[in-house]
Amino acid sequence: MDVSPELQKTVSPKSFSWNFGDTVFKYLTQFFASLVLLMILLMAYEMYASSSLSIQKFGWSFLTSSEWDPVMDKYGALPFIYGTLVSSLLALVIALPLGIGIAVFLVELAPKWLERPFSFTVELLAGIPSIVYGLWGFFIMVPWLRSTVEPFFSKHVGFIPLFEGAPYGVGMMAAGVILSIMILPIIASISRDVLKAVPISQKEAALALGSTRWEATRIGLSYSRSGIIGATILGLGRALGETMAVTMVIGNRPVIKASLLEPGYTMASVLANEFTEATSEMYISALIEIALVLFVVALLVNASARLLVWSFTRNSDTGGRL
Amino acid sequence: MAEVLEKEDIIINTMASLPPTSTKTTDQPAVKKITAESINCYFGKVHALKNISFAIPEHSVVAIIGPSGCGKSTFLRSINRMHELIPDSRITGKLTLDGDDIYAMDAVVVRKRIGMVFQKPNPFPTMSIFDNVSAGLRMNGMRDKKALAEIVEKSLKQAALWNEVKDSLSKSGISLSGGQQQRLCIARTLAVSPEVILMDEPASALDPISTAKIEELIYELKKDYTIAIVTHNMQQAARVSDYTAFFYMGELIEYDSTKSIFTIPKKKQTEDYITGRFG
Repeated sequence: MDVSPELQKTVSPKSFSWNFGDTVFKYLTQFFASLVLLMILLMAYEMYASSSLSIQKFGWSFLTSSEWDPVMDKYGALPFIYGTLVSSLLALVIALPLGIGIAVFLVELAPKWLERPFSFTVELLAGIPSIVYGLWGFFIMVPWLRSTVEPFFSKHVGFIPLFEGAPYGVGMMAAGVILSIMILPIIASISRDVLKAVPISQKEAALALGSTRWEATRIGLSYSRSGIIGATILGLGRALGETMAVTMVIGNRPVIKASLLEPGYTMASVLANEFTEATSEMYISALIEIALVLFVVALLVNASARLLVWSFTRNSDTGGRL
Repeated sequence: MAEVLEKEDIIINTMASLPPTSTKTTDQPAVKKITAESINCYFGKVHALKNISFAIPEHSVVAIIGPSGCGKSTFLRSINRMHELIPDSRITGKLTLDGDDIYAMDAVVVRKRIGMVFQKPNPFPTMSIFDNVSAGLRMNGMRDKKALAEIVEKSLKQAALWNEVKDSLSKSGISLSGGQQQRLCIARTLAVSPEVILMDEPASALDPISTAKIEELIYELKKDYTIAIVTHNMQQAARVSDYTAFFYMGELIEYDSTKSIFTIPKKKQTEDYITGRFG
């Protein structure tokens, strides 16, 4: 290696000397990044510590008991866990096909002049504050469900336990519907982005085999499935934690009923409704334990989603695409 | 008008001077599998193909050569109507497959009869090798597992890939090497049993050994199929094709048997190109 001293100087002026700026920059960013982790750990610890009273008294039965009686100081969180999971899943069941359908339309079928304004409108839905959804849900959607949709279900499929009972309007179904509207823009816009990212060569490959437009679209959907799962999970994440709109339409009754027409309660709603009136220490402790459970459920859902996306990408050897 | 006549002449001369290249057509005049009559193609305001008239005889390999941007890929894509994927594309003229007007047929039917292999291998990444090859058949509604397995095996054998993948049919299609992927794509095309196969620079992304394999394959395939191949590589055109068409600036300059094009080209532009003076 015959490099003249001058050249060496110009190429690597500081290669052996300690670069102060870089080091500071490295540790500074490392610190910022670790703040996130620290915050999660701290939150988990705080919630655990503040709920120790109720954890000690009820143990695991807190998760399996359906009794929520502040007067008797007896607390079981099962109806809330159930309400959160069921309303979120119902929202997914409604929003997923809709969202994918919207994405496919925008990417594959919509004329250029329509795509932009339509995409914009879909994304606009995500910007509406949840209290507005809640008000709209309470004053317009719930009466409509009570007078039209739910009677229709009771009349035609009322024999299925899922649709049994009187049409109250407020209830699990209302919560699911309002949540589905709220997570729709997330699912639709991310699915649209991942569908757009499908290489044209994939579409050409399908079409060159004599596939119809629908079959070529299915190839595109299969190519971008890990991205669509990611979109679904983000939507689910939002549905699990959504508080205001759900509180206004779910009926807020801590019961577990098979029927979607019956009222329910979610973890987020019970926290929003009852923290101001929690007078006894045990009551507060139980509410904080619910927060802890919600926290863990959300973490679990996100982690399993990561795992799912990861296993899909690994199986198809796409080298970390998405 | 004079120009059109001249183009007609090219075709007639070509068809008349067809050497008996294919075993199946020795004692009968070559059948025109595909004919193009004054094809003009526009992308927006760009006039990409200018008055192309052309015929591809059955069971032969036609190479389309020319410098980049000369319209050779566009022409290939206009044959199975892939150009329609590009917005603002417009085509005039008549293109026939066995005498049937390609632009009057359903594009899906056209593409079933005229398969295509692309420049970059594009297997479906979420599917196994088996599913890749059978993708076209399954799309057409074929569910018979035994028949599917037979066709997959036959297609992979035809594409000279069977021995390399027969023990790993359930592996992902993109676990294969680039050359294998391209042969997988050829097998996928063969599985739907097209009559014509269009190849758009099928070996340009591959190493020399894989290229040689693909070329051998093309030689084998012409017994059963009619093949049109676009290539940048003139040696490749000389090696694999029976006829060669030289495109330049959207025009078909010369079309003749490969031997004549490479030994006694009639047009100066052709000569300049194949001797490497431009392009």
